[in-house]
Amino acid sequence: MEREVLQEVEELKQLPRPIRSEFVYFAWRNTKLRIGVSILLLFVIFAIVGPFFAKYDPHAYIGPMGAPPSREYWMGTTTFGQDVFSQFAHGTRSTLIVGVLGGCLGTMIGILIGLFSGYRGGLVDEFLNMITNIVLIIPTLAVLIIIATYLEVRGILTQSVFIGCTAWPWAARAIRAQTFSLRVREFVDLARMSGRNSLNIILTEIAPNMMSYLLLVFILQFGGAVLNAATLDFIGLGPTRGVSLGLIMNNAVLWAALQLGQWWWLLPPGAAIAAIVGALYITNVGLDEVFNPKLREM
Amino acid sequence: MVRYLGRKIFIYLLTFFVAVTIDWLIPRFMPGDPIGMLLSRIGSRPEAFKYLYTYYVQAFQLDVPLWQQYVNFWKGLFQGDLGVSIWMYPQPVMTIIRRAIPYDIFLLLPAILLSWFAGNHVGALAARIRWLDNTILPLGYLLTATPYMWLALVLVWFLGNQTNLFPIAGAYSPQYRPHLSLTFILDVLHHWFLPFLSLFLVMFGGWAIGMRNMIIYELESDYSRYLEALGTPQYLIRRYAFRNAMLPQITGLALQLGGIVAGAVATEVVFAYPGIGYIILNAVQNKDYFLVQGCFLFIILGVLIANFLIDLVYVLVDPRTRLGMTGE
Repeated sequence: MEREVLQEVEELKQLPRPIRSEFVYFAWRNTKLRIGVSILLLFVIFAIVGPFFAKYDPHAYIGPMGAPPSREYWMGTTTFGQDVFSQFAHGTRSTLIVGVLGGCLGTMIGILIGLFSGYRGGLVDEFLNMITNIVLIIPTLAVLIIIATYLEVRGILTQSVFIGCTAWPWAARAIRAQTFSLRVREFVDLARMSGRNSLNIILTEIAPNMMSYLLLVFILQFGGAVLNAATLDFIGLGPTRGVSLGLIMNNAVLWAALQLGQWWWLLPPGAAIAAIVGALYITNVGLDEVFNPKLREM
Repeated sequence: MVRYLGRKIFIYLLTFFVAVTIDWLIPRFMPGDPIGMLLSRIGSRPEAFKYLYTYYVQAFQLDVPLWQQYVNFWKGLFQGDLGVSIWMYPQPVMTIIRRAIPYDIFLLLPAILLSWFAGNHVGALAARIRWLDNTILPLGYLLTATPYMWLALVLVWFLGNQTNLFPIAGAYSPQYRPHLSLTFILDVLHHWFLPFLSLFLVMFGGWAIGMRNMIIYELESDYSRYLEALGTPQYLIRRYAFRNAMLPQITGLALQLGGIVAGAVATEVVFAYPGIGYIILNAVQNKDYFLVQGCFLFIILGVLIANFLIDLVYVLVDPRTRLGMTGE
């Protein structure tokens, strides 16, 4: 009898460690996740490697004016003879940087406010919730426009900071709701009874239990930051130095690429943004299915 | 109901207050010297420069204490005084914005309402029909991920530039002056269609996905199962599910307004459609700060009014709010 049990335990030890491998197993089986992550990786690799293949400075006037794609200029040239591929490669890089930085900042502020507001409750919650509601109503883009208008020098970093600082409200709200439901669980009560302080409980008991959710929030914030940055760049409030995908579109529209029929200048940047954000959304849905067994299609 | 609406109105008033304060704060506390920068930029027109110089000194009232400046800013606001534009020099900001707003309403209201309506119904259908679900879901995600301006550019490229089916810019053909006649109205509609379509499509994707997910969620819930067990016909269960799934979609409409503003601005820029968004572009390019600030206030005002209207609809639709059970 005892030997049988021992043998069974041995057999169980032989099995792969359950939790991690289960996640990987379902993550790999999920087509949406595979597609989304592949597209994203493609763009990340392109953003890292692409600029090294760009032969020209993105702003330098090097080639014929308004030439269609050719072997020399892979994505054609602008009306001024700038190489569109160089701009595209550098632009993808800065667009992804803005997305990651803005997304991180937005998620972090959202987590901070959501966790404290949800865990503390009472007056703190009332106050933080009011701020959240106010910032939620004011359209992000309107605030960004008015800030960017008065900034004489704008960089990618400042842009990400401002985007992050205005994008957090819905994240805060969602995380607050999650915290509300977690803080009445027994294990949190236990932790409280053992005399640990709030910060400790929030960090070690509540936050780890929403990790998957926080990842989803970050992905959506990432996508939102990319879209916001693109819109801002598109109306001419992008970085004053450097390139971004939105800025390329802005220039293309301003200098009549549409009327002149220069599709190689007009269409690719937006397609890249749509692909990046679309991949993020698909990844998000895929991850949601992996984390939440109820949503899995068997 | 009174409590519910009262709370909401309080938040809206507070939001408006915060927005106006932001509008006042930013030009005054931004690093650098915006007003100096502003004046140095308009050297091209001497008579404008002279007028604006005295105007700014008066408008910003830099010699009085800060609180006095702030109070005066509010006073000017209530008198409808938002300053004078630099881009269209002698015209007040208020006049320019008032001229643009009808175009915004004309473009946005049909786009928002129709996409919401169509998206909800198609989404609800998709939750029931397999092949529709398999096409609508990827399409919906693709549409919501598309930046508004890019879809607009694609549409204007293929339907305007390549095939000449639709005009590519403006609200009406330049040879006309706005008047009431059939040809003019047709011309306006002709110009309106592409911007409308691009806004409609992007929003449609989001609503369809949202509704589809909500319906599936509702059909999994206890009351649906109970009705099913009772032998209730499918269409009746669907109808209940649809009505319940409506509520989050109405709240979603309120939450989406900010995104719609961004979409409207980008779309108007692409089509040179003379609404607020197009004005913002010109204001930014011409460093017309007063105009940007004025547009900011009107956008906030529009969003607040829309929010309030959605709240009213919510009260009509959701009986819980009427009974004082404010289940947010």
